[in-house]
Amino acid sequence: MDAFLNQVFAGLATGGIYASVALALVMIYQATHQVNFAQGEIAMFSTYIAWTMIDAGMPYWPAFFLTIAIAFVLGVLIERVIVRPVEQAPVLSVVVVFIGLLVIFNSLAGWIYTYTIKVFPSPFPKEPLHVGDHFFSAHQLGAVGVTLVVLALLYAFFRYTPLGLAMRAAAQNPTSSRLVGIRVGWMLALGWGLAAAIGAIAGMMVAPTVYLDPNMMSGILLYAFAAALVGGIDNPGGAVLGGFMVGVLENLLGAYVIGNELKLAFALVLIVGVLVVRPSGLFGRVHVTRV
Amino acid sequence: MAALLEVSKLHAAYGPTRVLHGIDFALEEGSITTVLGANGAGKTTTLRALCNMVQTSGEIRFGGVRIDGKATEDIVRLGIAHVPDGRGTFVHLTTEENLRLGAYVRRDKREVEQDFERIYGYFPRLKERRNQQAGTLSGGEQQMLAVSRALMLRPRLLLLDEPSFGLAPLIVREIFAIMRTINQSEKVSILLVEQNAAMALDLADHAYLIETGRVVLSGSADEIKQNDAVRRSYLGY
Repeated sequence: MDAFLNQVFAGLATGGIYASVALALVMIYQATHQVNFAQGEIAMFSTYIAWTMIDAGMPYWPAFFLTIAIAFVLGVLIERVIVRPVEQAPVLSVVVVFIGLLVIFNSLAGWIYTYTIKVFPSPFPKEPLHVGDHFFSAHQLGAVGVTLVVLALLYAFFRYTPLGLAMRAAAQNPTSSRLVGIRVGWMLALGWGLAAAIGAIAGMMVAPTVYLDPNMMSGILLYAFAAALVGGIDNPGGAVLGGFMVGVLENLLGAYVIGNELKLAFALVLIVGVLVVRPSGLFGRVHVTRV
Repeated sequence: MAALLEVSKLHAAYGPTRVLHGIDFALEEGSITTVLGANGAGKTTTLRALCNMVQTSGEIRFGGVRIDGKATEDIVRLGIAHVPDGRGTFVHLTTEENLRLGAYVRRDKREVEQDFERIYGYFPRLKERRNQQAGTLSGGEQQMLAVSRALMLRPRLLLLDEPSFGLAPLIVREIFAIMRTINQSEKVSILLVEQNAAMALDLADHAYLIETGRVVLSGSADEIKQNDAVRRSYLGY
């Protein structure tokens, strides 16, 4: 029973990471109907930026917040400089641009930091925490906590602030948004900035467990993609739930059923399965168009 | 009275398809002016051109200042609220959020809150439905919402695109009555585009008739109502 609980908990911890990245994917998808395949690599690159600062002697938390800010600016810049020119381009061109970004960030990280894995520090204590009769890894608890705080902040931002409302409006109905004075182009850029910032947090939270290397996020992006699809790619709440579900399922299946080697295949099966059986996901909107 | 809106030699096109061929018109401050015409005459395009939502050339002056070539978002900030064709409802947001977006560019927070009550006074139905998703409102309620969203800007000029479209006559009458109130008590000038010529002419002070992208007739609403050609083609008697 103890082992089982620990597996579930570890699943929740990685699930939080998937949930964050899935949320970042959904944010960009909602606004542009494009899946940003470079999301994971931007997160990985941001984590390297954090590593550089910490390695240079900066304390963890200032480096953490500075990295989030840098990632935000990076996201905005990518939207303004690279994505905006292809706004009207056919979907395949955009996909190619995203894949190009993925390769660029991956190679750039390899070129600057080499492909040898690096140890990334955790801000949480090394000793496991004692809760009742159970022991939990402090980092996993902390990561879940950070994820939940991020989610709560995002929810509050989109639900209660004028800017959050404007961003939702711009994603749903750009024409009407312009007519009430919303600068839609900037809302997209802001969305990219937020997505990159969320990704950076996910990267910094996962790096202590999986170690930092340029391919750190490639598997995670796949799980996040599965999570987003399970939850419904146009539903942020669904994507978050999907993230936790995928995390727990992946861990339990890995521990008890299929073994660790086939875990990534599970994500692919999930993606194909959802697309075949229920393309709009568990909580997504079913799009019906009259023709 | 001074002209609030002056338009001269306005051309508009969707890609290679030219729709407006140099129209001229003016709207007096405080008036209700209507643009009439058949399907495809260019009524909706005229409103879109004013907000720079289509390719345009020509001169548009609002309060004496040229606004042609300005971005849609900046034209809104000058006090022009546009109720677009198809109502432009944010269907996944609540009624209240839709209204809040109407006041997006305003910085006078306290007055915005008062305006909610004012609008709910005009349309009590919206107050009942304020936490409901706007997409679930009836057509009439969505039209009320669209007008209300525009009013939340506290505009100087309200552009209305076919507010009667697809609605029951009773609801149309209700909305038109409120238009008149808004025009008289709040001094909002209105440019109304309508296919329902009879109702539009009853409401308006001034009218323009456009056919295939050109102004073919203009005058006071009463004069236009008396015009034989208009009576036969647009009023049907």
